[in-house]
Amino acid sequence: MTESDIKQVVREALSNVAPEVDLETIDPAKDLRDQIDVDSVDFLNFVIGLHKALGVEIPDADMAKLATLNGCVSYLVAKTGKSS
Amino acid sequence: MPPLGSHMEYGTVVDWKVKPGDAVKRGDVVALVETEKGVIEVEIFEDGVIASIQVQPGKKVPVGTPLATLRANGATVEAPQDAKPAPPPVETPPLKKPEPPPVHVVQPMVAPSVAGRTRVSPLARKRAEELGVDLATVTGTGEGGSITAADVEGAVGGKAPARPGGPVVEIHDEKIDPQAAMRKVIAAAMARSKREIPHYYLSATIDMSRALDWLAAENAARPVTKRLLYSALLIRAVALAAREVPEMNGFWIDGAFKAGEGIHVGVAISLRRGGLVNPAIHDVDKKSLEELMEKMLDLVNRARTGHLRSSEISDGTITVTNLGEQGVGSVFGVIYPPQVALVGFGKISESPWAANGMLGVKRIIVATLSADHRVSDGHRGGRFLIAIDRLLQEPGKL
Repeated sequence: MTESDIKQVVREALSNVAPEVDLETIDPAKDLRDQIDVDSVDFLNFVIGLHKALGVEIPDADMAKLATLNGCVSYLVAKTGKSS
Repeated sequence: MPPLGSHMEYGTVVDWKVKPGDAVKRGDVVALVETEKGVIEVEIFEDGVIASIQVQPGKKVPVGTPLATLRANGATVEAPQDAKPAPPPVETPPLKKPEPPPVHVVQPMVAPSVAGRTRVSPLARKRAEELGVDLATVTGTGEGGSITAADVEGAVGGKAPARPGGPVVEIHDEKIDPQAAMRKVIAAAMARSKREIPHYYLSATIDMSRALDWLAAENAARPVTKRLLYSALLIRAVALAAREVPEMNGFWIDGAFKAGEGIHVGVAISLRRGGLVNPAIHDVDKKSLEELMEKMLDLVNRARTGHLRSSEISDGTITVTNLGEQGVGSVFGVIYPPQVALVGFGKISESPWAANGMLGVKRIIVATLSADHRVSDGHRGGRFLIAIDRLLQEPGKL
């Protein structure tokens, strides 16, 4: 998957837990939880969404790396291994 | 039409999931009903065969109206509206409610005029009839140029300038702002709670180190789909503590406390566009942490997409509100009538902690209890919070 495919997956997973949020307004470098109203259940559902879409396991210790959109994308790009 | 939450007066069947001749069993979803709290999946509480449908989709009926008839064991019985063994009854507030049914009270959303047709609300039309005002002569000042009752009253007697062209169209499908409707329901329940329930409040500061360390170790070994959140530990602790102090679990009905038949913990869930629902997880004391987590995630998802079930709405015997995510230290909430207790949790924070004459830093949480003083006294409430604390010190047993 390309980085841009992964970005799309991340955006979709986020939209599923926070459908009313305009993703354009999110600063990808800042903590998601400071910018939109997502609680721990939403965040877990978001990560489970990423897991289901990409088939990657996300260990608990790595959860902190998913705090920002940029963090999600770089982590998942590394995890999925290949970029075409 | 079942009462799906206190202060529900009417509901509208949106869709039937069964038809005459279908066999149903207890717990099957038979219809979708729209209420101010959103669309709820109504479950049936008996086994049987649907005999006939009495209320068609789109029809708004008062709570208590038979919706369908059910044939059970050869006999025809009415589809039970609230056949649960200990149902919270339809609330009749002690004071006569002055306001008309919700439909007319909230601000209708009025679409802008379409191609020269001026909209008029039913109330304005009624006033116009009463006052003998020709609507064609009234200029609308409402949203989108619509004619309001005030406009009609302003036009009485005077020669108002003729409104430019077009027939006047009555708005039949006033769309009710769902947020406003839900707010009204919450407002009524909370006002009633404060009016009727003599609340007392207690708080306890709980050391969460053991629970959080245990959680981290558990989660390190669990795949993401089986991960546990600390809120599951809190809810389990509340349910097990309720076994020890049953005066926290049940209802105040007809001047007396009725103990809950099970421990069904209501979880206060805030909705993304505002509003609050309080669906219950059944028999929390009998569920494993994993089952509880699964149920919690499912419930939050369905609450937010508006797919809650009637039994979830009405069966809660005690409620937990966890405001920790929002970062406040503690919450002293308002009990959801007819329940008799509400447990609140604030955020987990590092705090100085004195023990054995020494000072350290611990991750603590403040647990609070709002309880009905007709049912319990501070001593019993204190035992309840102490039990929650004790249970959270042995997370492996939760």
